[in-house]
Amino acid sequence: MRRVALAAVLLLAACAGRQNVLNPVSPGNRQVNTLFWWMLGVGAAVWALVIVAFLWASLRARRRTREDLEVPVEPVPPEANRRATRIVGGLVALTAIILLVFLIYDFTVGRALAAHPSRALTIEIIGHQWWWEVRYLDPDPQRIVVDANELHLPAGDTVQVKLLSRDVIHSFWVPNIIGKRDLIPGYVSSIFLSPDRPGVYRAQCAEFCGHEHAKMALPVVVHPRDGFSQWLQRARTPAAAPADSLALAGRTVFLAGSCSSCHAITGEPAYASLGPDLTHLASRRTLAAGTLVNTPGNLAGWIVDPQAVKPGALMPANALAPRDLRALLAYLETLK
Amino acid sequence: MTDPVRPLPDAPGVAPGPAAAPSPPPPLLDADALARDAERLEAVWRGPRGFWGWLTSVDHKSIGKRYIVTAFLMFLAGGIEAAMMRAQLSGPLRGLIGPDRYNQIFTTHGSTMMFLFAVPMMNAMGLYFVPLMVGARNVAFPRLNAFGYYTYLVGVVFLYVSLFVNTGPDAGWTSYVPLAGPEFSPGHRVDVWAQLVTFTEIAALAAAVNIIVTTFKLRAPGMSLNRIPIFVWSQLVVSFMIVFAMPAVATASTIQLAADRAVGTQWFNPATGGDALLWQHIFWFFGHPEVYIVFLPALGFVTPIVETFARRRVFGYTAIVLANITTGFFAFGLWVHHMFATPIPELGQSLFTAASMVIAIPTGVQIFCWIATLFLGRSRMTTAMLFVLGFLFTFVNGGITGVMLASVAFDKQVHDTFFVVAHLHYVLLGGAVLPLFAGFYFWFPKITGRMLSETLGAWHFWLFTIGVNVTFFPMHILGLQGMPRRIYTYLPETGWGGLNLLASAGAVVIAVSVILFLINVWVSWTAGAVAGPNPWASSGLDWATASPPPVYNFVHPVVVEGRHPLWDTVGPLAVLTGLRTDRREELITTTFDALPDHRHQSPRHSIWPLYLALCMGVVWIGSMFSPWFVLGGFALSLLGLLGWGWQGSRASGPELVATPHDLVEAS
Amino acid sequence: MFSRSPDRVTRGLRALRPRGGAPLLLATLLLLAAACEREQRRFVESPPSATPTGQLLTVSQLQPGPAYITADVEAPYDDNAWAVSQGQTLFTSMNCVGCHFHGGGGIGPALMDDQWIYGSAPEQIFASIAEGRPNGMPAWKYKLSDQQIWMLVSYVRSLSGLIPKGARPGRSDHMMLTTPPTSTAPAHPKMTTVP
Repeated sequence: MRRVALAAVLLLAACAGRQNVLNPVSPGNRQVNTLFWWMLGVGAAVWALVIVAFLWASLRARRRTREDLEVPVEPVPPEANRRATRIVGGLVALTAIILLVFLIYDFTVGRALAAHPSRALTIEIIGHQWWWEVRYLDPDPQRIVVDANELHLPAGDTVQVKLLSRDVIHSFWVPNIIGKRDLIPGYVSSIFLSPDRPGVYRAQCAEFCGHEHAKMALPVVVHPRDGFSQWLQRARTPAAAPADSLALAGRTVFLAGSCSSCHAITGEPAYASLGPDLTHLASRRTLAAGTLVNTPGNLAGWIVDPQAVKPGALMPANALAPRDLRALLAYLETLK
Repeated sequence: MTDPVRPLPDAPGVAPGPAAAPSPPPPLLDADALARDAERLEAVWRGPRGFWGWLTSVDHKSIGKRYIVTAFLMFLAGGIEAAMMRAQLSGPLRGLIGPDRYNQIFTTHGSTMMFLFAVPMMNAMGLYFVPLMVGARNVAFPRLNAFGYYTYLVGVVFLYVSLFVNTGPDAGWTSYVPLAGPEFSPGHRVDVWAQLVTFTEIAALAAAVNIIVTTFKLRAPGMSLNRIPIFVWSQLVVSFMIVFAMPAVATASTIQLAADRAVGTQWFNPATGGDALLWQHIFWFFGHPEVYIVFLPALGFVTPIVETFARRRVFGYTAIVLANITTGFFAFGLWVHHMFATPIPELGQSLFTAASMVIAIPTGVQIFCWIATLFLGRSRMTTAMLFVLGFLFTFVNGGITGVMLASVAFDKQVHDTFFVVAHLHYVLLGGAVLPLFAGFYFWFPKITGRMLSETLGAWHFWLFTIGVNVTFFPMHILGLQGMPRRIYTYLPETGWGGLNLLASAGAVVIAVSVILFLINVWVSWTAGAVAGPNPWASSGLDWATASPPPVYNFVHPVVVEGRHPLWDTVGPLAVLTGLRTDRREELITTTFDALPDHRHQSPRHSIWPLYLALCMGVVWIGSMFSPWFVLGGFALSLLGLLGWGWQGSRASGPELVATPHDLVEAS
Repeated sequence: MFSRSPDRVTRGLRALRPRGGAPLLLATLLLLAAACEREQRRFVESPPSATPTGQLLTVSQLQPGPAYITADVEAPYDDNAWAVSQGQTLFTSMNCVGCHFHGGGGIGPALMDDQWIYGSAPEQIFASIAEGRPNGMPAWKYKLSDQQIWMLVSYVRSLSGLIPKGARPGRSDHMMLTTPPTSTAPAHPKMTTVP
């Protein structure tokens, strides 16, 4: 845990704004950002005017004593009333005009966001309690890449993301790139991401989905365009059998023990789809859906007692013998 | 009760009122006769004394006070839950509360504040003050009123007992399926939520029909529709909204969610053709009007306070009434703006964006009218007025973020984040709780006969308003920085720690201010300055009787000659005599012009409301465990209905009041 | 008016006291205590093992954690709604339904009736799951933790009504309409929208 904190402090300096609506890295989000600042500015002005008007109207000629209340209440002179009617009417009209302008502005932004290319790389994101399954689709089923808890995108390109859920409603949201869209069981919806600045951003599930809703994050890595195709190429390679004996023993632990009843590794006889695919576990930045920095120590802690990190997570505690654990870690480290 | 009154003749054929302008004013009722009438009314309207009398009371003031006290206790309970959440969130990875407990706490916080505090509190203020403001002796259906309160009370006890035995609902106050469905919420936790909703809906419906009929049929003679106080208008509009909104959620929670969970219906199961989104549509069809159900009555508190302290009749009465009605109408056309992140066609979303922006206009009309009223008068800054200032300061902020949230593009960014948490607390604390406190300072003398301390009140105001803003303003920024709602913790690397700590510090300030208010209530209640019938020299009929009002409210029905009876009439108020004082007789007037129509006998004290509410408890709580409880509970309630009907049959049929119908037109 | 009511309340409460609210209160509390157990979410624990499963793997001889109890044991989760529902999830996701269907039986024996080949006691069912049985029932002790097997035991017992009614699971949402793991397009999307 201390290691996480330390890493976090270091990260914070480097990655300020990596999960921030006000730091847009896609053309659509920039428009939303401009819309936001306009609405904020005009709204703040309206707010200030209302408060000033109220203060001025009520403090202008205050009555100071309680006896002041006893004076009879006179009717308002008709000309003052008429003037007030004109002013109030004007203000209401002004409000309506401001709202109308914003309405039109919002519609234009909405239209711009709705535009999308006809052909794009399609990524399928499937929400699970409490992790993300990410599938890079391809017409050739052999070339589909299944990954988890990390999303890789090319910069300067548009990617279609299809959203599905296996259990309850989740919500996919990368503040820097795009607004959120719910993953609802029984529905398939899709959105288009077009990040244009490489970097690592953070997404987090935005719809309450049970115990570990708080720890269901998704690091989003935006590669330069070439970097992305290289990454995808590498991700297509299945896991190779480990060379050293400790890792080989770990492979046995994985396949004969309980790991393989939930997790899959491409290239090995482990096909279960209950938990995240582990083919490239060692090259991921984080563990447990963005909760822990991916270090051998954290991984060991997570395997032995996941409930201490994510109470309620569906992964059970694994009472592995120390040697088995060490072997398993050595094996998992080979899954680049 | 020694209000100076002059009588209007109750014999037919005598033309009253200032139409016969030069004629001398009718003689004042003589004080002895008044005292005699008051004594008789007291004997007839007061129920039995002691604990039995307390249990069987059907007096709207007695029930209203219990409602207010219970709802305020719920405010405190919800506040304690909020404090626990703020403690847990005050720093990253804090381990005070685990996710399982936290989910129960935040769900209970939301459910308490919406279902057990806000709506009942607004209903309670209506049930207490609407009869007084329209000059009635009681609400139209006194036993239904008591029944509604006890039903609500059963719901309160039920939720909190459940929470203490680890069965608190934990799927959020919105209980989205499938998370709240049978598979992902095993056990009885969500059942508790579904049944709690049933209790509060029934209580709210009971209050709503009561307020509607009281307003339409029990008004003082002469109080035509265009003379109804704004407070009563807002209660009326809200009551109609309750009648349309509450059945939606009762259907969703009782017929659909509870049935899905208990007997395996498939409303929300996509595998069998059910639809998870259906829940959101039905829930928000109730859920959005709910916000206005809480907020319109609060605007109704502001108007009498503003006009009283500005010493001016409110500017734009008609505009404000129409604004209330428009808001009530549009409130039903906004629900999809809670669902912009779901796969709903763009065109549909645009429609709801437009509606969400339009609804800002009627609220703006009300605010402009208050400012104009203040501008046309000279005001006195009492604590109640300070709270109105705090209300504007906070609520307008929430209104503006509300307009921002109406934009689909922006809403998709901040939906379900702390930005929305900030917005909804600005709207509900700013738009409902601050006016409510203003109302407490304004009407406390009427309820208790004593004034609240203005000094402590000012402290309460400043601490509360500052606390609210310090707590919730940073949440806007947290939301923009990506912090989602309903998370029990967050990682240090997110950088949300500082602002969360600030928000938690603000929560401490709020807690201190509420404690100050409780001290103020306690001290003022026992030793506060004694208030006369009308300490603020206000204009409504509620101030035309003693503080606290006698059990029968008014010795004789007051004849109303304008919108502001106590300001319009120079000298004593006209009254209508001739109602019997030897039984609980009240005057029914016509719906539009409030002409005296017929007499009606109000029911006596009764134990059956309590009995029936407990039967309801057996039915709904028992239905979680076995269908036999439903049958048994209905069987038990038959006895109650029999008793209720039997008692009711003793009331005599209506008979016409022998009063000329041109009475009001003449005045 | 207001100040008088509390007085009335106290008097009323005093009037109630002799009638003996205490036993009623006690009974209520007992009922509620049962609810406590039923609603707990016990994330971390080492439940007793019905059979010595200490040697999960032969890679090493060391055994961390508490020693396993091997005496005859009661099912730890028969009373716990959440654990039973976890068992229900495992029943589907571990493909128990493949042979036993949803309790009705097919390739494997039915689990909803009152006929048990190897016994209906919790530890007997535990042994059946953990060690496997002849004619096709695999041994799950290498694939599932003891806690998970106990959850399955309670779910299996719930199928034939052997656990308290309040802890039994409701209907399942499980056959959800999402893409099958191998296909690229949704089978029957209810609605596909493009922003």
